[in-house]
Amino acid sequence: MREELHRFFRAARGAGVRVSPAESIDAMRAVSEVGFADRGLLRDTLLVTLAKTQDEKQALAQCFDLFFSRPEPKTNADAAEGADQQSESGASPSQLSGNSAPGQGGGEDSAPPELGELAQMLLAQDRSAVAAALAGAANEASLSNIRFFTQRGLFQSRMMEALGVGQLRDDLDRLKADDSAQAERLTAALDGLRDSVREMVAQALLLYGREEAENLRHEVLRNAPMMRLERRQVEQMKELIRAIARRLRERYSKPRKRQRRGHLDVRRTIRRNAAWGNIPFLTAWKRRHRDRPQIVALCDVSGSVAQVSDFFLLLIHSLHEVVDDVRSFAFSGHLIEVSDILDKQEPEAAMREIMSKVGFGSSDYGASLADFEKRWLRAVTPKTTVIVLGDARSNNLDPRTDILRTISERAKRVVWLNPEGRMGWGWGDSEMFRYAPFCNVVRQCATAKQLERAVSDIVAAYQ
Amino acid sequence: MTANLPMQSIEAVTAGLASVGYIASRQIATAVYLAEKIEKPILVEGPAGVGKTELAKALASWRGLQMIRMQCYEGLDEAKALYEWKYAKQLLYTQILKDKLGEVLGGAQTLTDALGRLHDFGDVFFSKEFVEPRPLLKALEQPQGCVLLVDEIDKSDAEFESLLLEILSDYQVTIPELGTISATVKPLVLLTSNGERDLSDALKRRCLHLHIGFPEQKLEERIVESRVPGAGETLRKQMVGFINQIRALDLKKLPSVSETIDWARVLVLLQASELDHQTVKDTLNVLLKYEADIETALPQVSGFVAKAGREGVFG
Repeated sequence: MREELHRFFRAARGAGVRVSPAESIDAMRAVSEVGFADRGLLRDTLLVTLAKTQDEKQALAQCFDLFFSRPEPKTNADAAEGADQQSESGASPSQLSGNSAPGQGGGEDSAPPELGELAQMLLAQDRSAVAAALAGAANEASLSNIRFFTQRGLFQSRMMEALGVGQLRDDLDRLKADDSAQAERLTAALDGLRDSVREMVAQALLLYGREEAENLRHEVLRNAPMMRLERRQVEQMKELIRAIARRLRERYSKPRKRQRRGHLDVRRTIRRNAAWGNIPFLTAWKRRHRDRPQIVALCDVSGSVAQVSDFFLLLIHSLHEVVDDVRSFAFSGHLIEVSDILDKQEPEAAMREIMSKVGFGSSDYGASLADFEKRWLRAVTPKTTVIVLGDARSNNLDPRTDILRTISERAKRVVWLNPEGRMGWGWGDSEMFRYAPFCNVVRQCATAKQLERAVSDIVAAYQ
Repeated sequence: MTANLPMQSIEAVTAGLASVGYIASRQIATAVYLAEKIEKPILVEGPAGVGKTELAKALASWRGLQMIRMQCYEGLDEAKALYEWKYAKQLLYTQILKDKLGEVLGGAQTLTDALGRLHDFGDVFFSKEFVEPRPLLKALEQPQGCVLLVDEIDKSDAEFESLLLEILSDYQVTIPELGTISATVKPLVLLTSNGERDLSDALKRRCLHLHIGFPEQKLEERIVESRVPGAGETLRKQMVGFINQIRALDLKKLPSVSETIDWARVLVLLQASELDHQTVKDTLNVLLKYEADIETALPQVSGFVAKAGREGVFG
């Protein structure tokens, strides 16, 4: 039973529930109090001890149902009892025996004695024996070690090997010569067996592999250039960006709260008042001064970089809890303020509205900067970090670097995030190198990882 | 059932809590049972008004223990939660003992000599006499044990969480000047959270995690039955049915169990034996706490009442 619990912990990790050794020990202790007999109770116990959030609870509950609805491979002795459940989900008898018509008579069912064990089992249509063999093979192939979908083939062949498919092939060859009807039945049964194995492996992957497959996918996604995502990846990327925003929020929202409080600094107060016999004339307060973060974001939403700015706006949108004072502007040919749109609407709707207003045009950095200077320059104060997100490709129009200089002189910092690789800067109509002197930081920002680091640095500068 | 009995089984927990008027779901009873068995605090999460704080109160009164409540808020710190030095008392004693000090130091010839003599007296001013225990320390010092409720932990700052860790895992606190104070009898600890902010993993790892959501219909009926005995069966069924439909609406603040109980009390006061359209409209403000919510719900009332009425008859 301990073994079974350990397997369950592994499955739980697969489902994305972090089960640390300490927690698994707690769970073991708890289970030893309540016992295994009552499945509902066992489920409650594991949920209470292992899961730490409501989401995890749901994941774990699903995992529990999946895990215990299909008992792990057992030893041959008690496999028979589990056979019914096994066959429900895959190795149904009709599949195993293939196309064999019911009218084929009992006489043929008794296989010739010279055949191998597996062949006999298949021909005899012995459900429980086949289920037991499958379970044994899963054990032998250590199916619970499966992690990635790429390993499916490997584990399938390992299991087939363990079942004794080599011997079966020999038998099949022999039968083809002697008894073609039997051979046909056996071939069909073998196909059925393959299906069962495939299904078992798929199920195991579902049970044990989820987390790592997810991590892998996230890792790939984090490093994928945002400009070149497929449609189906865009959704995942949005999820990822939200997760990043959540993480940044968690990291940076705490110290900001501390700032608001002032504590009496007892030591300094006493020291200061030593001359008056420690009667506190002068009080000293613990107080750390920090600038309140102010961010002005200018996002290029022209056709070429629209997708990246989409993600960027999404991030800014979700970061509102850390940074109270964010004003966002979007431009391609001209520039508008989009703070309100981002504030009031759901991210998806906000993006659509912004795109319909100024998106997908051809970019004119000069005109957009001029718009900004005319109407919103006052938003930039010595506390402001100005973030420009764009490829600095201005279609050979006047880049108006003078305005960026004005902004730069007023602002605390100017950060330019360019989704293009450094190699492209300065080539063609890229004005990056003409803007760069007025920026405190210029960095490439093409992947989610780079975006996270860039924003993290910006927010950290205020801590 | 007020004796300090050990918890025998999950059924005993359910029965015990019921004896003091708390109808617990099976998950709740399991968590309470396990908390006692493997000596871990319970972190209770869920929307406001589903009975998180009530659970602690019920536990305390069932077990005949004192309940010590630590209400958390932003800015809560060690001095308010754990212990504080009684500065004033220390100061006062120094003043009173000033003359004595002269006697003690009287014979000393040199400064070093005087210092040495002072050292011999040890840290009298930093002894237990001068410690003012706050809820957490008090909870550890209870000779009979107690139920410690750390309410709305999500309202406190992250630093405060770290302060709790020692208590939660080892049932002890360390006061630098005095050393470590361990619990005489380990208290039953409950923490509640409305999920205002995410709690740290370190804290979560030390607790059993219990989520109390809106109860199922049957359970909620039993809760009303136990808390508002005046409400008849038909009324209970209809009320709970109605509230469950309200909860499906998109509202700012969904009515929870405490609202159900309030509403039941109001309806009993109004001597209603069944839900009817007009009474519901008049008392909707007991259930819903925002004007906007009431406006959202109003047009639906007749339909909901009719449906709840049918359930009351046939369900």
